[in-house]
Amino acid sequence: MSTISRDEVAHIARLARLAVTEEELDVFAGQLDVILTSVQRVGEVAADEIPPTSHVVPLTNVLRPDEPGECLAPGDVLRSAPAAEQNRFRVPRILDEEA
Amino acid sequence: MQPITMTAAQIADAVAQGQISAREVAQAHFDQIASVDTELNAFLTLDTEGALAAADAIDSARADGEKLPALAGVPLALKDIIVTKDVETTAASKILKGWVPPYDATIVRKMRAAGIVVLGKTNLDEFAMGSSTENSAFGATRNPWDRTRTPGGSSGGSSAAVAGYEAPLAIGTDTGGSIRQPAAVTGIVGHKPTYGAVSRYGLIAFSSSLDQAGPFGRTVLDAALLHEAIAGHDPADSTSLTAPAPDVVAAAREGADADLTGLTVGVVTELGGAGYEAGVSAAVAATIAQLSNAGAKVVEISCPSFDYALGAYYLIAPSEASSNLAKFDAVRFGLRVGDNGVASLEEVMSQTRDAGFGAEVKRRIILGTYALSSGYYDAYYGQAQKVRTLISRDFSKAFEQCDVLVSPTSPTVAFPLGERVDDPMAMYAADLCTLPASLAGTPAISVPCGLSEGLPVGLQVMAPAFADDRCYRVAAAVETLTTAALGKPLLAHSTF
Repeated sequence: MSTISRDEVAHIARLARLAVTEEELDVFAGQLDVILTSVQRVGEVAADEIPPTSHVVPLTNVLRPDEPGECLAPGDVLRSAPAAEQNRFRVPRILDEEA
Repeated sequence: MQPITMTAAQIADAVAQGQISAREVAQAHFDQIASVDTELNAFLTLDTEGALAAADAIDSARADGEKLPALAGVPLALKDIIVTKDVETTAASKILKGWVPPYDATIVRKMRAAGIVVLGKTNLDEFAMGSSTENSAFGATRNPWDRTRTPGGSSGGSSAAVAGYEAPLAIGTDTGGSIRQPAAVTGIVGHKPTYGAVSRYGLIAFSSSLDQAGPFGRTVLDAALLHEAIAGHDPADSTSLTAPAPDVVAAAREGADADLTGLTVGVVTELGGAGYEAGVSAAVAATIAQLSNAGAKVVEISCPSFDYALGAYYLIAPSEASSNLAKFDAVRFGLRVGDNGVASLEEVMSQTRDAGFGAEVKRRIILGTYALSSGYYDAYYGQAQKVRTLISRDFSKAFEQCDVLVSPTSPTVAFPLGERVDDPMAMYAADLCTLPASLAGTPAISVPCGLSEGLPVGLQVMAPAFADDRCYRVAAAVETLTTAALGKPLLAHSTF
């Protein structure tokens, strides 16, 4: 039995904001099934009492002095933006016109 | 001596003593790039103007009697996933094509302060996802030893540039082996520092708990000199280590005498045997025998959880990538597709990401999103994090019995272009030996140790966290022993 269906891949791609094509869905569904089957082995080993490692460096609450520093100039930041207007990033519409 | 065949240490000395100008050195490397890079495709962008201006500034400083910094005039090739002010940075992705960052990464600032001359930006697998540099949106890089083969990946542009004498030094990044494996298959030295030893500020993130930048060089000493220049605490990176860096340069010099008396070398049982090319196994075994002759005590050590490293890695890295790559949303930088005044932000985002990302990046984003999704999180990402704990425990236990662990760096020599592009699991297997140290955050180096059918083989030397100096010491000994066994440095056997 496959671990992931074509429909699931399509759903996940939507969640990840990837407008994948039909051909890509076919290829990815097969490949992801192979990958997931291989990586499932991780389930065989670790028992409940093993603590998970999210990060290898033992650091907690890294703070810095709350002092204002130099910032990048707006013009420099917006120079390579896809679209800018009035010193801001210009974005496509986010609300329906009727809303 | 021709500038392009000099080591970084030799160039720094010659420039400091006025035997050669920094401009001559930079120009000689640009000439080499002009003559070989149409074929190798190691570089994506050249900063000829910036590099020559930096070289001229060094030459004027010397003429004015100023004391030059440690690596003044030494050229370097920079992986194009490290941001550079006013120089295009793409991560080899169409989604960032044309993006000119407004700031320099911390390591770029450090390298400039050390007098290093950055020649340009090198090719990579898109967002560092891959083991062959074939996942670049701008064409594959070729291996200088055999142009029908890959230079490894993801830092394959950097490894090819150093092996092809286009630069004596290069910067790579290593998430699962992306410095060590390309170093191994191109016959050069590459080191992944202890996680947090080198600032990640300005490194475009792939998998934040694993990513680490590090040096490439043609000699162990050169790699150590670059390591020293880039290591150290950075307040701009909250995961940066505050502990002082070990003296890797002294370790490289000490190791070169090839006396390993008192050192215990552990050979990892799980990283060898079936699935490893016979020529690779033979070269590694011969090198281990030489280490023993040089006074090291050699023991075999089992690290059973290493068998699960591949599975854990290919859950953790894609999971973190799916989150990190959410920033490529067609709003702040790079590509925007389908913004016709009617399409919604969401539609523009989805179309842009489909047009801008290559297949491997999409595959990993989908895999990571799936592994993190409700109902699967515990079975995949949670379990992978537990495996990570077990791998760290195996390392800790091993280092109670030995000072360093060794293995092949990669199960095979450089593989042919195109051989694995449609088979993700075969591609992922190239990282089999390098993944454990990535997951544990421990330092590991790849040093050339011999040839298999005319192609280079790398030995991986792994040490406990913070003990990067041990990697350099043993690697320098291997370099001395290999050169003696082959009659000349390994790279001199290249037909290049």
